[in-house]
Amino acid sequence: MLISEQKPMEETLSYLEGDNSIFLIGCKGCAEGWGSGGEKQVAEMGKSLQEQGKTITGSVVVDMLCDSALTRLKLRTYKKAIAAADSILVLTDGAGVQTVAELVDKVVHPGCNTLSSGGAHAEWKEAERCLECGDCILEFTGGICPIARCSKHLLNGPCGGSQGGKCEVDPDIPCVWQQIVERLAKLGQLDKLERLVMPKNWSVSLTSGPPVKRLS
Amino acid sequence: MKTKSNLERVLEAGQFAVTSELGPPQSADSEIIRRKASILKDYVDAVNVTDGQTAVVRMASWAASLMGRWEGLDSIVQMTCRDRNRISLQMDVLGIAALGINNMLCLTGDHQKFGNHPTTKGVYDVDSIQLVKMVKDMRDEKKFQCGEEMAVEPRLFIGAAANPFADPFEIRVIRLAKKVAAGADFIQTQIIYNVDKFAEWMKMVRDRGLHERVKILAGVAPIKSIGAAKYMKTRVPGMDVPDSIIERLQGVPKEQVSKEGIKICVDIINQVRQIEGVVGIHIMAIEWEEVVPEIVESAGLLPRPRFVA
Repeated sequence: MLISEQKPMEETLSYLEGDNSIFLIGCKGCAEGWGSGGEKQVAEMGKSLQEQGKTITGSVVVDMLCDSALTRLKLRTYKKAIAAADSILVLTDGAGVQTVAELVDKVVHPGCNTLSSGGAHAEWKEAERCLECGDCILEFTGGICPIARCSKHLLNGPCGGSQGGKCEVDPDIPCVWQQIVERLAKLGQLDKLERLVMPKNWSVSLTSGPPVKRLS
Repeated sequence: MKTKSNLERVLEAGQFAVTSELGPPQSADSEIIRRKASILKDYVDAVNVTDGQTAVVRMASWAASLMGRWEGLDSIVQMTCRDRNRISLQMDVLGIAALGINNMLCLTGDHQKFGNHPTTKGVYDVDSIQLVKMVKDMRDEKKFQCGEEMAVEPRLFIGAAANPFADPFEIRVIRLAKKVAAGADFIQTQIIYNVDKFAEWMKMVRDRGLHERVKILAGVAPIKSIGAAKYMKTRVPGMDVPDSIIERLQGVPKEQVSKEGIKICVDIINQVRQIEGVVGIHIMAIEWEEVVPEIVESAGLLPRPRFVA
C-alpha cells in the first residue's frame, strides 16, 4: 500500500500554468483507499480545475495504475482525449505517475506527495520507483524519480560518473539522469534542467521525519 | 578581491594559474604532508587537498590543508557531500575559514561503494551545486542555508568541478551554467586526454559566455604506465583516454614510459593553453607529486607569481 496525499492546490496549479486542457488520471488501488486519487477525488479535481478555467479533455481511474500492462491497455481507450490535452495530471503516488510517464510521450504532472509505502512497493517489481520522500519532484524530472533511482539522490543533474547510459556504481544500473535528459529532450523541455534546485526538505520523508505523526 | 586566496590573486592579475593536488595519508602521519608540501611549494599557486578520495578513509582534508598552510601552501579544501549533511557542511565551512584557509572546492563525492567501507550509508543531503550556493550565501549574504544570519562570514574562494567527458554530453554545459549561477568562482575540470572533445566543450562554454563569468582551469595528469592508461580508459567512469595516448606510450622502450607520460602531460598543457577561456591548469599527479615541478618547468610556467601577503 502506497500512502499518498494531494499536493496543495496552489502547487498543482503552478505546475499547470500555461496548460489549458488537462487529462486526469487516478487509481482505484492505494490512492482510492487513501482518498488522494480515487473516483471521488478525480471528479472533484476536474471540477476545481474547470473553475480555474481549465478544460478537462477526459479522465480515467485505473484499477492499479502501477501495473503498467493494465494501464497501457486502459489508456488506449482514451487515446483521443489524451492527445487533445496539453498535459496529464496524475492523482496518485510516485509509482503511478512514473507508469504514465513511461507510457505516454506527454508532460505528466504529479498531483500527490507519497508519504509511505507501508512496507509494500506497488506492482512494479523490477525497480525501485518511489522512496516516499513526501515532497514529489517528478514535475521537474520528466516523471522519472532521481531520489529513488540515482545512487547519490542528485537533484541538479548527473554526476561525472555517468557513462554510456550507465551508473558508475554498477554497470547493470541505468543512469536515471540519462533517462531524464532523454525524456525531457523528447518533450522539448530540456530547459527545465537549467533551474537551480535548492536543498530538499527531508523533514517530510518517512526515513528522516517523524513517522508517527504522518501515518496517524 | 573576495578573499585572501593566492589563487584568486593570480587569476585576477590575469596570470595563467597552476594548481596541483595533495592526497592526505591513510594514517596520522604528519611527515607525509610536510614532504609533499615541500615538493609542491614554489611550483604551484594553490594545492587541492583531497577529501576521502575514492571513498577511502584518509586524514581529514581540513586538517591536512591546515598543515599545508603551515608549510606555505595556499590550500584548497575539497569538501564532499557524501559524508556530511547540511549542518555538518556549514560547520566545517566556518571552521575552515576561521583557520585561515582561503579556498574550497565543492564536490558531490565519489560513491561509497568504491572505497574501503562500502557498507556505509552515504549522506548526499545536498549536491555539489547546492553546496556551492550554500557557501556563496554564507560568504556574500552572511546567511546560513536556513536563512538565519551570522556575524562573521567565511571568506572562501569557491570552486567546483566539471567533467566534459561524462554522459549525457548535452547536459554537461547546463551543469556548468548551474554551478556558475550558484556562485562558483573557479572550475577545475576532469583530467583531459581527449583535447578535441575538450575543445568542443569549451566552445559550448564560450557560446554561453560562461568563460567570462568563471575561471576555468583545465585538468591534466601524467600517466605512469601503460597499465594505468588502460585502467583509466576502461575502468574509471567519466574518463576519456583516446587510443592514440596508449599507442604513444607503447611506442617507447619500457624504461622510458613514465618519461613519455610526463611529456604527454606537458604537450596537453601546451594544447589546452591555446584554447580561449582556459585561464589555468590543475595538475593531478596522484601519489606522484614529485613530478609536478618538472611538468610546470617543462611547460614554461616558472617562476610562479609572488605577491606580498
